[in-house]
Amino acid sequence: MKEISYVRDNSGSNGNLFWLSVVVAAMFFLLLMRLLYLQVLKTGSYQDLSESNRLRTVPVAASRGTVFDRNGKVLVGNRPSFSVTVIPQEIKDKNLIIERLSRFLGVDRAELMEKWEKGKGRAKYFPVILASGITRDQLEIIEENQLSLPGVDIQMHPVRDYPNGVLASHLLGYLGEMSEKEMDSDQYSEYNPGDYIGKSGIERSWEKELHGSDGGRQLEVDALGRVLKTVSEELPTVGESLVLTIDLDMQKKAEEAFGDQAGAAVAMDVNSGEILTFVSKPDFDPALFAEGLSPKQWKEYVADTRHPLENKALKGQYPPGSTFKIVTALAGLEEGLVDEGSTVSCNGSFSLGNTTFKCWNKRGHGSVNLRKALRESCDVYFYKLGDRLGIDRIAYYAKKLGLGSPTGIGLEHEKAGMIPSTEWKEKRYKTKWLRGETISCAIGQGYVLATPIQLASMIATVANEGTIYRPHLVKRVLDPEGRVIKEFQPEIITRSNGIKSSSYRLVKQGLFEVVNEPGGTGGMARLYEVKVAGKTGTSQVVKLRGKSGYLPYQYRDHALFVAFAPYEKPEVAVAVVVEHGLHGGSSAAPIAAKILRQYFEEKGVIKKPVPVKNENSSAEEAGTSDSGAAPQEPGQTEQNEGLMND
Amino acid sequence: MIDRRLFTHFDWGFLLLVLLIAGIGVVNIASATASYHTTGIPYYAKQIYWVIGGIFLIVTLCSFDYHILEDLSWWAYGVLMFLLVVVLVVGRSSMGATRWLNLGFFSFQPSELMKIVIVMVFARYFTEKAELTGLGFRDLLYPFLIIIGPVLLIMKQPDLGTAMLVFLVASSILMFVGIRLSTLVSIVLGAIPAFFLAWHFHLRDYQKERLLNFLDPERDPLGSGYHIIQSKIAVGSGGFLGKGFMQGTQSQLHFLPEQHTDFAFSVFSEEWGFAGCLVVMVLYFSLIFWGLNVAKKCNDRFGKLLAVGVTAMLFWHIMINIGMVIGIFPVVGVPLPLFSYGGTSMITSMVGAAILLNIQMRRFMF
Repeated sequence: MKEISYVRDNSGSNGNLFWLSVVVAAMFFLLLMRLLYLQVLKTGSYQDLSESNRLRTVPVAASRGTVFDRNGKVLVGNRPSFSVTVIPQEIKDKNLIIERLSRFLGVDRAELMEKWEKGKGRAKYFPVILASGITRDQLEIIEENQLSLPGVDIQMHPVRDYPNGVLASHLLGYLGEMSEKEMDSDQYSEYNPGDYIGKSGIERSWEKELHGSDGGRQLEVDALGRVLKTVSEELPTVGESLVLTIDLDMQKKAEEAFGDQAGAAVAMDVNSGEILTFVSKPDFDPALFAEGLSPKQWKEYVADTRHPLENKALKGQYPPGSTFKIVTALAGLEEGLVDEGSTVSCNGSFSLGNTTFKCWNKRGHGSVNLRKALRESCDVYFYKLGDRLGIDRIAYYAKKLGLGSPTGIGLEHEKAGMIPSTEWKEKRYKTKWLRGETISCAIGQGYVLATPIQLASMIATVANEGTIYRPHLVKRVLDPEGRVIKEFQPEIITRSNGIKSSSYRLVKQGLFEVVNEPGGTGGMARLYEVKVAGKTGTSQVVKLRGKSGYLPYQYRDHALFVAFAPYEKPEVAVAVVVEHGLHGGSSAAPIAAKILRQYFEEKGVIKKPVPVKNENSSAEEAGTSDSGAAPQEPGQTEQNEGLMND
Repeated sequence: MIDRRLFTHFDWGFLLLVLLIAGIGVVNIASATASYHTTGIPYYAKQIYWVIGGIFLIVTLCSFDYHILEDLSWWAYGVLMFLLVVVLVVGRSSMGATRWLNLGFFSFQPSELMKIVIVMVFARYFTEKAELTGLGFRDLLYPFLIIIGPVLLIMKQPDLGTAMLVFLVASSILMFVGIRLSTLVSIVLGAIPAFFLAWHFHLRDYQKERLLNFLDPERDPLGSGYHIIQSKIAVGSGGFLGKGFMQGTQSQLHFLPEQHTDFAFSVFSEEWGFAGCLVVMVLYFSLIFWGLNVAKKCNDRFGKLLAVGVTAMLFWHIMINIGMVIGIFPVVGVPLPLFSYGGTSMITSMVGAAILLNIQMRRFMF
């Protein structure tokens, strides 16, 4: 081995060592200063960053409040909805999982794949929903096969449940995901993106009460986003519940009675304004909206010419037809132009200048007094009375009965209807009112329009002789434990509208005869246990003078019927509109009768028919006892009930 | 061969300092890996084995005179150059870079050892050329040729951090020997265009990314900027007293990357705060100054150069690693000596400590 050499080194190179030491000290000092900066000066902001790294807040959706009918039966509830989710980052064999899910769920592979890819772009380790609203059967299959589906999870969230299906769908309304515009508005400032909100009906008008407030869960997550534990949890507050004034069984009866006809029906408590029945047909299925309506279904609804999404009871404006004769009659009585005894001769038509206005009965009604005019719906009587009254006096009394302005029922977009006047026409068309226009308005045609809810309110006011109650739908608001938070008392808009009781009584007598006397046009609304009073109406859709026979559906006249019962001491009022139903007496009156029958059956006034089979009993009875259809008059057609020739 | 005098001259204090840092490192690794799902021997236990192995290594190496390294230097240089080539050809791929060589019983990185070997070779070279001071370009040519091979091979792996360390350690020795001021200025001025050429032709994309992200971590917060951001959050959120042992959310929830190796100090900063960092910094500062002191006290030129080189190696590791953790240096894979988890790093650091101890205990031998 080589001799180890020690080279003595006393050269001045230690001088460089000094400078190296200075550099070393300086650099250590630099690191220390940096640590001081991060850990002492800036520690606050880094602590915040560290917390936001660690914690993730996940909103927990609140269940909406339940909607009950007046007797505590559930109209809208909630049910758990299950979704299949995956965390893409946790799945090794994507194709295998997709394949299995596709088989278990019976869903197309491409569809699952598409949702997977769409959801993947979001935060890491964020569950992607592959299938929502799965059935119990699908849920069971997934749960049974959980072992062969690693990384697949089931999530639950509450969705709206409609135990009665499509029943009262327009009244209850549907839900939809909050739009961006809504998200920016103050009303929804505390909502989370993606929240479902009421879009129509009660769900919308009472959104604030029903929604409740979302809870939140603070989760500790690791760097990959995997949830480790729940740090804190704020439970969601369930929305408040509503007890409606609606009677579920009456509603059911009414909707059954409609069958597949289009139109609307409103039943109202004469002495409180509580709405008992609120029908709009055709309906839609709110359940389809509960978890997002498919665009295809939406298109179908929108394209349907019978407008299933339109709330016809609230927004449908129809010429009231002969039901408006009640208004003209009251105006005539109040203005002293007619009285009980005064008669008018009807020879089948009324001429004004060059124009001839025909009565629906070409043969004429002969000598007609007020009661007979109402009973047989004589047009000539009201042509002449209307002509004497003039449009402004008719309008004055129509407005006194609540027509021409929204009733304030508390649903959005209620329509006002239309009560024309000379002033209105000058403003609107800049032309003078024509005398002939009054003639058609006197029998509820021409410019006159009313919504079913207005008609119900009008007939209720006639029934209680002058008090206008605000129609309302909600009786009580309950907190989630069922305690009453708010109770709604009947609201009187006008206690007495200034029309004399004697006038009402005379008109009501006429209305009683419409249903119960020979020659009355509303015989099909007759109930033998309870005295019903009402008025038929037919409103022209298009003018087809002199034509008769077959008409295509969309040109057929609308059928109307307004009624109240019992005659002596009115409790309930009904307005029915059957679109293109042709004759008020034959298509609208039986529906009204069924609603009234149900009302009195529930009250025990009418015994329920023992056999199950006989659900149309009242209509059938009426049908068999009142025989034959009457001749029609174009433009102003009315069903003529049997017995008129007696 | 073992002189009794050697024991009396052995600096137990320095060994204690080394073990103190390593001990803190082990405790920190226990926390950093607490949330790992591992089977078998836990990381901190393995680290303890490496420390114990290191102690034996120190004792063994100290029993030889360090001048043996002077003789071994060129041999070692040749062997390691060969191994670096072998690594490139057959080396085991790890973390996207080919650095490891599997020797059957354990894997090691030849590039790690190369750092020490470069120190040995330089020390020998400048011992032989004792007349050289105030180095000019001509004098730098030979040292340049010595390091260019290893640096290029290590960059090829690619391991920018180690290549940079080899360069920094060699430069430190040159600075110690002394470079002419004009030469130094020229080199610095020439390095700037060279850097841009290298940027264009030689740096890998991920290396460019790291440099760019170091300058602006926010440009890719979830990608390559993620490490710097998360590490700064960990250090900063530690505050003055820290979140407590095993309480660091950044580390326990894995927001930190490579938290038991390169980012171990980040874990420590989060859990022990500025107070803990200050203690560790003081320990490292003592370590480096003890090393410089060994160089100063050594009367043997080879020993002096060796001590400077080894100290420089430890110093630059500390600077680069901590600088990276606190966001003032780009993320390059450089472990913190004695502190980060890992056998190779621990052995290299222990060898360094052994060399310093060796020089220190033999300073009176002549």
